[in-house]
Amino acid sequence: MSNNQQPNNPKLNLWRDVRFWRFAGQFLAVLIAAIVVAILWGNLNRNLQQLGIQPGFGFLNSQAAFDIGETLISYAPSDTYSRALLVGLVNSLRVMVVGIILTTIVGITAGIARLSDNWLVRKLALVYVEIFRNTPLLLQLLFWYFAVFLTLPKVENPISVLGFIRLSQNGLELPGIQFSPEFSTLLIGITLYTGAFIAEIVRGGIQSVSRGQWEAAASLGLKPGLAMRLVIFPQALRVIIPPLTSQYLNLAKNSSLAVAIGYPDIYLVASTTFNQTGRAVEVMLLIMTIYLTISLIISLVMNLFNKSVQLKER
Amino acid sequence: MNQPEIDNVPSAVRLSPLGWLRKNLFNTWYNSLLTIGCFWIFYQILRNFLSWAFTNAKWAVVQANFRLFLVGRYPVSQSWRIWIVFGILAIMAGLSWAAIAHKLPSKLNRWLPWIWVIVFAIICWLIGGGSGLTPVSTNLWNGLLLTIFTTIISIGLSFPLGILLALGRQSTLPVVRWFSILYIEIIRGLPLIGILFMAQVMLPLVLPSEIRLDRVLRAIAGLVLFSAAYMAENVRGGLQAVPRGQVEAARSLGFNTLLILLFIVLPQALRAVIPAIVGQFIGLFKDTSLLSLFALVELTGISRSILAQPQFLGRYAEVYLFVGLIYWVFCYSMSLASRGLEKELDVGKT
Repeated sequence: MSNNQQPNNPKLNLWRDVRFWRFAGQFLAVLIAAIVVAILWGNLNRNLQQLGIQPGFGFLNSQAAFDIGETLISYAPSDTYSRALLVGLVNSLRVMVVGIILTTIVGITAGIARLSDNWLVRKLALVYVEIFRNTPLLLQLLFWYFAVFLTLPKVENPISVLGFIRLSQNGLELPGIQFSPEFSTLLIGITLYTGAFIAEIVRGGIQSVSRGQWEAAASLGLKPGLAMRLVIFPQALRVIIPPLTSQYLNLAKNSSLAVAIGYPDIYLVASTTFNQTGRAVEVMLLIMTIYLTISLIISLVMNLFNKSVQLKER
Repeated sequence: MNQPEIDNVPSAVRLSPLGWLRKNLFNTWYNSLLTIGCFWIFYQILRNFLSWAFTNAKWAVVQANFRLFLVGRYPVSQSWRIWIVFGILAIMAGLSWAAIAHKLPSKLNRWLPWIWVIVFAIICWLIGGGSGLTPVSTNLWNGLLLTIFTTIISIGLSFPLGILLALGRQSTLPVVRWFSILYIEIIRGLPLIGILFMAQVMLPLVLPSEIRLDRVLRAIAGLVLFSAAYMAENVRGGLQAVPRGQVEAARSLGFNTLLILLFIVLPQALRAVIPAIVGQFIGLFKDTSLLSLFALVELTGISRSILAQPQFLGRYAEVYLFVGLIYWVFCYSMSLASRGLEKELDVGKT
């Protein structure tokens, strides 16, 4: 591709000219893609016609007629599909935001614990990471929901942890807030699962900071805790943030597993909508748009954050 | 990766048990508090778990359904075929390991990919039957068998696709590059469950009505589409790790672009990404559990149908712990193998 130095030679055969091949190659790629899309599109139209479905988003304004167990904004089955989807989106965003905050705390704690000079703490963190990383999240969610939350005592005599957290079949209760068992399960599940991955990222990040930094901090009279906070961790963040971003993206995407335990997130509401209306294409486009937008927003925010912690040279 | 541990003890120092305790558990007052606190929590969890496991738990659900977990409703009279398949897989895994670690004669090495392809066809024939063997329809391939089968076939098929996408993303042709980027980024922005939904619902719609793919095939199609995007990103990492000088040297020897790619760039790039691909394999192995949401009866799916048996109603904890143990053993041993491989290849720092 580098030997196009003699473009002005009029005797050059067309097939010896790299520019021709570049053009032909791209043209061919577009042509093949267009043909494939056209064939698929034709099939789609034919199949939809057989099913008697008129494509279009008009159905969003008709009555949803299904109930949603958990809503942050007002909703009734007589509302429209678009309202139902909005309720699902709000539910999704709620679990994502709270999950990202909690999993960061869990992950950083476990990551630092992996490097603790306390043998027991180190080993416990290792056991946590290896158990949660190496089993499927879906299975963990099913376990938390069916084997833990649904076997908890009735709401009249809840188990109380540390005096202010109450656990019962009605979910998790903090002073002033009540979380449903579905929300609590999903939150605990994705927090612990993602936290195990973040712990490994944090551990790797801290280990990537050279040993001299610890020694320099110590020689300045900083205690290990302060050295970690002021010297090591800010430098480790540069290594940590890019893979951390992809863990946040995973958490956001994994929240769609809510469908397995019946938490009404956007995916569950969308697939209910599909089951009722049969509108596969529209529902799929909606799911795609929403998740891509969320992914994009997380990436943008994390990139901004990443820029602020990167080394500024000159 | 192999940074010195901060609390490295010179190997010559031997501590007495009491000294070890003091050094590792009670060196400062807050560490002592931490040790006692952690030990208490650990003890509580362990005690509750053990007392549950030996008194309340009814492990009969696992004993009675052991076969279902492993191969599902695959006909008992035909199960010798599955054992042969697992034997072949074990041999092939060993061979591949040896090949990657350069312990095989190079001739065998070169033929290994083709041996895999042939072996794969034999495996499909052994499981599915036909031409001499009793055919077994795909809805009888359940349990761990289906989990392993879908994982291997999905990784195998997404491998060439991923390489093509990675090359496309590096291409100097803008159209090809943008196609690849668009595909990779869209797929990576979507949850797997959405892609499986697409494969189950959309695939029949966009294919001509004469072609009817069965549920397993549609699920595999979804997994391949999903996995290819991630594979492409892994391979791209490897491609970027090949120094420019390699390409320039090959060009000055008169190789053309295709030959450079096949004999110079790809072998080096793929070698560098083997650990990442093993990581992806582990991820996919776990992700196949999502197939249970689409009425496939793989390991997670079969545990749901086992839990629906009237005599084992409500035995969630036993079943899910056992299934979790199976997943864990596979994933953990693969991650150990991958770590060993990384050392063997010395490519940990890609």
